[in-house]
Amino acid sequence: MSTLTRPFRIVESELIAYRRTWRGTVISSFVNPVLFLSALGLSLGTLVDASENDLSVPYLAFVATGLMAATAMQSGAGDGAFPVMAGIKWRKEFHGAITTPLAPGDIVVGRFYWGAIRLSFMLGVFAIIAVLFGALEMGPALLAVPPGVLTGLAFQTVVTAFTVTREDETSLSTMFRFGIIPLFLFSGTFFPISQLPDFLQRIAYATPLFHGVELVRKTALPDVDSSVVTTLPVWVHIIYLVTMMALGLILASRFLERRLKP
Amino acid sequence: MTEPLVQARGLTKRFGDFVAVDAVDFDIAKGEAFGFLGPNGAGKTSTMKMITTVSPITEGKLTVFGLDPATQGRAIRQRLGVVPQEDNLDLELTVAENLYIYGRYHDMSRTAIRARTKELLEFAQLSDRAKSTVEPLSGGMKRRLTIARALINDPDLVILDEPTTGLDPQARHVLWDRLYRLKRQGATLIITTHYMDEAEQLCDRLVVMDGGKIVAEGSPRQLIAQYAPREVVELRFAEGQVDVVAPRLEGVANRSEILADRVILYTDDAEATQHELTVRDIHPEQVLVRRSTLEDVFLKLTGRRLID
Repeated sequence: MSTLTRPFRIVESELIAYRRTWRGTVISSFVNPVLFLSALGLSLGTLVDASENDLSVPYLAFVATGLMAATAMQSGAGDGAFPVMAGIKWRKEFHGAITTPLAPGDIVVGRFYWGAIRLSFMLGVFAIIAVLFGALEMGPALLAVPPGVLTGLAFQTVVTAFTVTREDETSLSTMFRFGIIPLFLFSGTFFPISQLPDFLQRIAYATPLFHGVELVRKTALPDVDSSVVTTLPVWVHIIYLVTMMALGLILASRFLERRLKP
Repeated sequence: MTEPLVQARGLTKRFGDFVAVDAVDFDIAKGEAFGFLGPNGAGKTSTMKMITTVSPITEGKLTVFGLDPATQGRAIRQRLGVVPQEDNLDLELTVAENLYIYGRYHDMSRTAIRARTKELLEFAQLSDRAKSTVEPLSGGMKRRLTIARALINDPDLVILDEPTTGLDPQARHVLWDRLYRLKRQGATLIITTHYMDEAEQLCDRLVVMDGGKIVAEGSPRQLIAQYAPREVVELRFAEGQVDVVAPRLEGVANRSEILADRVILYTDDAEATQHELTVRDIHPEQVLVRRSTLEDVFLKLTGRRLID
């Protein structure tokens, strides 16, 4: 067994647990996009599209792509937070796993693989629903799934590294309240960041969800102009997110090693 | 002599300034049931964690199966079965699934796991609960499942950290019975406990730890012979009487221990001691005569202070 294949043991145990809980997650994978796209895309979208604005695409398409990246962020961050705290502190199953040939790094990588599987499924469903709503074309919508997965994984790994250094769940809810929710609102998910004051725009450039939203949008809506997306090249987003993900993986493994093997 | 399965020399574990394990030496031979006895905070669990390779050693030397835990942890853990102090079963999975995932963690094939699961469920008396989720099981059942899980890979060494703490007497006896069977089958066991009866029941040899150090070593019988006279006479007095009586107890026994309302006399001949009490006109409210146990050894070695 190599470093790359051993973590699949963790995926396998996640799958066994998932056999019991899949109904709930499948339902929310379908229901969430339907709710969001009806409320924001259709209802609010009618208002937006009827008003004077520079957007060269219908608001539904704009917000669907933003939501795809933002959903990935939320799911990835959630996966890096509570199940990890449970493994360390509440149910302690990580402590058991490391008494077998598995090591803390295998747990991190295994959960990363599992995150990739879950995000692919969830964003695949999201993309198809967006197509059914008439927001996106099938081809580009499905092509936007990998950028969404990358966004989710970048958050999952970094949040895992953070969680592993925390003692309790209060700091996790603080992280969501002051980190994830502001990102959700101000990263170009619901409106182009060109609407923001200059200095906030510059801050937005530095934040990860902005790059995720841009990457998903540029993939799912290939021919849009600068009223919808910035002129930053795609590779900038990719390098940003890949670097974040790699850093998160390395730190999470290192911190978990320290936490589980004092 | 064949090479010991576990060998420690000057083994030390420090957390910052706190010395959890202070330069201990021990050898554990193949086929032996070896106990670590000590009050809470004595360093037993820290020692177990170093043997399990989940806590790096600070100083000294430790080998497990002749391998180095720092660099060959995986190879060591492949041959270990670990029963932690606190159950860490996956409560959402079934009994059989808990065994399955640990089998997979150990690189076992599905068919091998299936065969082994059947045996282990019988061993743990859980065959009829195979498909039940873990959550509703009793404490004793969960503990037996944790032990079964530790045996999935047919380990060469089983490490049990306080295996029966928190269980009711029935559950403890069932568990002892299972562990005894395991021992008879030739498994090497390392057991930590602060129950003396458990150590007497299960351990061939044990060390008593206190404050990170090993303070005594031997078989339960040797330790009793060495540290405690053969018999114990426990006297209970009315409130406040102990102080009056204590000075008059000089010489009635090999050693005496004065507690709040009780006096414990360690003696080679309980009958003679009792006779002497009558002669001296000492009449306690209650007298209990018993053989000395490992508990007396333990209390002598580690003191009666309360440790939380």
